[in-house]
Formats: sequence, structure tokens, C-alpha cells
Amino acid sequence: MGQQHDAYFVPAKSYWPFVAAVVMFTTVFGAAHWLNAEPGDAGFGKTVLTVGVIGVLGMFFGWFRSVINESLAGDYNHQVDTSFRMGMMWFIFSEVMFFGAFFGALFYIRMFSVPWLGGEGHGTLTHQFLWSDYAASWGANGGNGPEHAGGAFSTVPAWGLPLLNTLILLSSSVTVTIAHHALRAGHRGKILLFLGLTVLLGALFLNFQAHEYIEAYKELNLTLHSGVYGSTFFMLTGFHGLHVTLGTIMLAVIWFRVLKGHFNKDHHFGFEAVAWYWHFVDVVWLGLFMFVYIL
Amino acid sequence: MSHAATHDQHDDHHGAPKSFFQRWCMSTNHKDIGTLYLVFALVMFFIGGSFAMLIRAELFKPGLQLMQPYFFNQLTTMHALVMIFGAIMPAFVGLGNWMIPLMVGAPDMALPRMNNLSFWILPFAFTLMLSTLFMAGGGPAGGWTMYPPLSLQSDSLAYVVFAIHLMGISSIMGAINIIATILNMRAPGMELLKMPVFVWSWLITAFLLIAVMPVLAGAVTMLLTDKYFGTNFFNPGGGGDPVLYQHIFWFFGHPEVYIMILPAFGIISEIIPTFARKPIFGYKAMVFAIASIAFLSFIVWAHHMFAVGLPMGAEIFFMYATMLIAVPTGVKVFNWVSTMWGGSMTFETPMLFAIAFVILFTIGGFSGLMLALVPADFQYHDTYFVVAHFHYVLVTGALFAIIAATYYWLPKWSGRMYSEFWGKMHFWNSVIWVNVLFFPQHFLGLAGMPRRIPDYNVAFANFNMISSIGGFLFGASQLIFLGVLIHGVWFSKKKATDRVWEGAKGLEWTVPSPAPHHTFEVPPVIHDDELAHGHVND
Repeated sequence: MGQQHDAYFVPAKSYWPFVAAVVMFTTVFGAAHWLNAEPGDAGFGKTVLTVGVIGVLGMFFGWFRSVINESLAGDYNHQVDTSFRMGMMWFIFSEVMFFGAFFGALFYIRMFSVPWLGGEGHGTLTHQFLWSDYAASWGANGGNGPEHAGGAFSTVPAWGLPLLNTLILLSSSVTVTIAHHALRAGHRGKILLFLGLTVLLGALFLNFQAHEYIEAYKELNLTLHSGVYGSTFFMLTGFHGLHVTLGTIMLAVIWFRVLKGHFNKDHHFGFEAVAWYWHFVDVVWLGLFMFVYIL
Repeated sequence: MSHAATHDQHDDHHGAPKSFFQRWCMSTNHKDIGTLYLVFALVMFFIGGSFAMLIRAELFKPGLQLMQPYFFNQLTTMHALVMIFGAIMPAFVGLGNWMIPLMVGAPDMALPRMNNLSFWILPFAFTLMLSTLFMAGGGPAGGWTMYPPLSLQSDSLAYVVFAIHLMGISSIMGAINIIATILNMRAPGMELLKMPVFVWSWLITAFLLIAVMPVLAGAVTMLLTDKYFGTNFFNPGGGGDPVLYQHIFWFFGHPEVYIMILPAFGIISEIIPTFARKPIFGYKAMVFAIASIAFLSFIVWAHHMFAVGLPMGAEIFFMYATMLIAVPTGVKVFNWVSTMWGGSMTFETPMLFAIAFVILFTIGGFSGLMLALVPADFQYHDTYFVVAHFHYVLVTGALFAIIAATYYWLPKWSGRMYSEFWGKMHFWNSVIWVNVLFFPQHFLGLAGMPRRIPDYNVAFANFNMISSIGGFLFGASQLIFLGVLIHGVWFSKKKATDRVWEGAKGLEWTVPSPAPHHTFEVPPVIHDDELAHGHVND
């Protein structure tokens, strides 16, 4: 590259966006069909969903491959780099707002819904006429609502696996930062080591999360059906886990790209984008640890 | 490297590709993608309009006339979803796509391939949503707001939720693209406070989109899991609350209504100075007013829920916060009028629609103020008064602005002048019949007629019949629009000049008409006197 842009850059035509629209449609059409299928009749929807998901994965692979090749060919000037950075930042902001909806639901339920069902403030009449024996509380005693949806359950203690997972994610933020500094200093071995560590920490986190889910279902009877406690617990931690999974895959891809020498100290937007994403996932976890597990 | 001089990877520097699939499905060209958006919006406008015609036909007389109530409910639901997500929003994105790069001197959008994906998701999303009408059990019938528990009873919920997810992804990517284009692709010398108001309005709208579309995605995801996966977000028996859905939905929904009006403000702020031959009055005030409205949109959502049983403190807070919006909106209306004051005005079709916008949108704003009053809203809530209110701001507001923009920029797009006579025919028919259509609905609402009901008390018969007649004629008037467009794009003999309008200012008027496939391949040199807002001192 070397030069500042004295002319603009517009990328060549590509069929990937159209392919992306087709496979996204296939995926959700299959999923919707499956959800509405009669029991024992889920074959069609499942098949379409599977085709769609494979198509989405293939589309990501193909689209990113073409972008990486263009980047390696030096097609992207400084202005394109800035557009990519802005795109990633605003994408992460949209993700923040998505989690905001679920955190907002959690706060509303804990501050208003549950206390009101218990007869406090605004819910006096609902309490009196429908569930006068319901004593509002969060957690194991009442977090599943006045009808004890999903049956009696216990909660996951914050100071066991969740604490360990917090330490794991925080350390992974440190390791990815060390890898970034190493990248800027040009120490490839160090990058590979610390980026690899980050990937492993991400996988370790997911492993413990899976253990926690199994324990919740098998031992604690804490399930997605456990009233609104179960709903918020699994939806928040589940969506977060999904993002950690994505982040780990992205970090692994970046590790291979470092191995192939795709980055240098001035041009490594792909690395930085994934690092930002990883920090974002980390921050969301801190919110979860605080509001889902501790409080 | 080889591309320092080659600014563009296209091997077709001077024209569009010949192959249909390559040109329209693989496009990285903001003009072609803008055209796709606009054509899609027009198709959706007629589909949503045909639903409206059926609704008005059913309401022509009291009693059940043509259809079962359940189908009527599907029509009201689909009419709203199609018009909001299929017609108004894509039309604004299409206008933004076409005009923002031309207005800021950029060669294209910042992320052209993502731009193409943003568009192509939409036809698929709407195929998914509209297909439910042909399925056993029919389409969604719980209203476009999809309040639980009613919306959870429909089998079409999964399809609609996924369609909304797709539309949300499309909107977020479109908005990211617009922000990156405006912040990163402006030509040197195009400072932020010299940008056209339309560009400013889109910058702020794009921020709103990125902030609230994910919240809608979250809300409908909770609906999905409540119906299919046994969560209890909206089930009080499990500790949830259906009102929670309304809070989350309207946290999206209120910024959403400004997403549908802020670009309209921008359009009107371009058109009025052109035909008044004066710079816009109070440029900075206009920009700050848009920003203030955007900020306020985040703290007023519960005014949609006054009758749901909120604590008194919340009702009072949301009432006053809502009334505050009248201040920046008043600034805008005042400035539009002041721009016209003392101007050398001419009344071409875009200007007629713009003036109608100022007057009729203001009527919609006033009925909004009435609805903002908590004690009054207890009476108006869920009546035809609300229907009249939001159709004044969305039809004579957003839609009129889109039509005005189409007449204003069509010569730049096609290189031909549309027929001024038929444009005016379209205007006068639209503006008369839209008032016959919606004004009586105020009276119906004040008299207590509920919305979303296929049958009604005979006391409401006369006004409903008048409203339906207005509706049919307003619908028919839009066929004139279609004719003017077809003529203006392909058949008109009158060539447009580069400047098109005598009083037009801004970079988009410095390129030829029709705008060539690629424009501003190198950054243009900007002269302040060429810009609509080049000398901002106020």
C-alpha cells in the first residue's frame, strides 16, 4: 500500500451478498417450519434448516476468503480500513443493545414484575385475586413465579464455576492484549502463544459453562422452564455463551491467519476487530456475573 | 501497489454491466441498489395499500360485509408491518443510498457489498412474512405490535419473528453503512456542519436504527421462546409480565416512529429552500432539533401504554417528556415557514407535497399532543383518534415526503422531466382524498369507535362511509403516481438539465442528469457557494 488514498476504492461485484440472503432465508424458513411441525413430522423443516446452516457457514467461508485475498493483494487503502473499523464498532454497539433488551427484561422482572405479583405497590389486586399466597422473592424461593413453573429448583452458586469462568475470561482479555502488543512489536512466536492461550481459555470457559448447564438441568432442576428465573438465566447466559463460541472460532481463525503471516504491525484490522469483539463479550460477562449470579 | 491509481475494481468503468443478474444481484453500486430499494418500496406500498383498501371496504358499512373478523385482523396487522418495514423504511434507505454519496461527494457507500446484502435480505424477509397469509391458520392477527398473550396464539408467529429478525439485520447493516459513509467518505471540505440537512437527518436516523432494531430483535426473540421453548418472560404465572413486552417493544417502537419521520424532515429541508430560492432558515437549529428529537425518543416510550396501568409517577414523567418533543418539532416547523417567508416561491410538484407536509404533519403533531395528555389519552387510547393521528404523521408526513423526494430527484435519476401536469393531478387528488380519508377518523375516535374492529355501532356509519370513499380515491390517486413514474423514467421527451431546478444547490446537482453509473471517482473540489449550507454563520 504505502500511499494515502488519492482516489476512492469501490470493491468489485460479488455474488456473496446475494448468496448470503438466500442461505439466511433458507435457514429461518427451515427453522420456522420445524417449530410449527406436528410431532413426528419435523423432517422437512429440519432438512431445510440443516441445508441453510451449512449454506451460511459456506457463505461466511467464501465471503471472508475473498475479502482476505483482496486485503492480501493490497487492495484496501486507509479509507477502507477506517470504514471497516467503523462498521465493526457500530456492529458491537448493536450487540450491546441486543443484550440491553435482555438485561432490561431482567431488571424489570426483578424490580417490578415479581414484587408486584407478591402484592407490593402496583400489583395489589392481581396478588389478592389470583395468587394471594405468593410471597415474592428472587432465586430458588419464588423466582419461578406464583405457579412455581418448572417445579422447585436451586440456583447456581456464584462463587463456584461462575467465579472460575470470570477469572478465565478476564485472563483471556489479558492474553489477547499481550498478543496484540506482540503483533505491534512483530514477535510472531509470542503472538501465536498468547493468541493460542486466548483460544484455549475461551474453549475452557465454554467447557465449564456446559458443565454448569448439565448440573443445572440434572442436579438443580434449574431449566429453561423454571419460571422467569430460568428464562432470564438461560437466555442471558445462553446468548452470551453463543457469543463466546463465535468469538472463540473467530480467534482461532485469526490464529491460523497469523500462522500464515497475514498480518503485519500496520495492517491487522482482522485481529483488532476480533479482539474488540472478545473484550465486548468479556464486559457482558461481568454484567452477567454481577446481576445474574451474585445479586 | 497497483491500485493507487486504479480507484475502482470494476472492469466496467463507464457503464453498468449488461448481464441482468450481475447488474442487480451482484451490485456494489449505490445508485443501482438505491433503485432496487425504491422499486421494492413501491411494490410493498401497493401491496400494503391493497390491504388498506380491503380494510376500508369492510368498514364501508356497519356489520360484517366481506370477510371474517379473523381475516380482518390479519389485514390490519399485515398492512402495518408491510407499510412500516416494507414501504416507508426501505424507501428512505433507497433515497439515502442514491443521494447521500452524491450529496457528500463520495464515489459510493462505504461498504458496498454489505449494502447489497442489506437490500437482498428484504425481498426474502417479506416473502417469508407474506407467505403466512397462504398457510393453514393464516397470517399474524395480533396487531403489528404483537402484544402477548394474543400474538402467541398464532402459528405464524415463528415466521413473523424470523422475518423481523431478517429485516432487523438488514436495517442495522444499512444504518452502519450510512454512518460509515457519512463519517468516512465525505469529500475534503465537506465539513459536518456544511452537510445537507437530509444527510444529517440520516446520520441521526442511522444511529437510532442501530440502537433500537436489536431491542426489537430481543423482544420478538422472547415471544418466540415463550411460545416454542417454554420460557415465562410474559407469563405472570411464572413470574413474568405481559406489560414487560410492551416496555421493550416501545423502547424500540418510539425511536422507530422517528426513524420514519427524521429523514422526511431532511427531505423537506432540502426541497423548501430550493423552491423558495432561499437558504434554509436556521441551519444549525434544524440539525440540533433533529438531534434533540432523537434523544427524546428514547425517554418517551411509555406514552403508548398510558392505559395499561402504569404507576402515577411514570405516567406523569412520560407525559411531560413527550410534550417536550413539541419544542424541537416546533423549531422545525417554524424554520420551514421562515424559509418560505419572503422567498421567490414557485410551486412545482415537489414543493406542493412539501408544503402539504408542513401543514398536515403539523395537524398530526397536534393530535399527538392531545394523545400525550394522560387524562385525555384514557379516552382516546385504542380509538380511531389514534389511527387518524399516526396516519397524519405517516401518510401525509413520511409518505408525502417520500413522494416529494421522488419528484424532486427523479429527473436526476432518469435524466427526464416527469409530467408536471400529471404530477399536480397526483398532488391535488392525494391531498384532498387523504383528508377525506383520515380527518373524519378523528371524530370517530373522539366518539369512541375502537380501532382494529371489523364491525361497529351504526352511530359511526356516516363518517366511516366518507372515510372509505376518501380511502378508495386516495388509493386510486396513487395509480396516477405510478403512471407519472413510468412516463418520467422511460417515455418523457423532456430532458432534464444538470441543475434540474433553478434554485437547487448542493453537490448532487453538479453531476449530469441522469447521474452516470459512477460519480465522484476522485474527490470533487468543493466550493462553498455551491453548497446549500456553505456559509453557515448562525
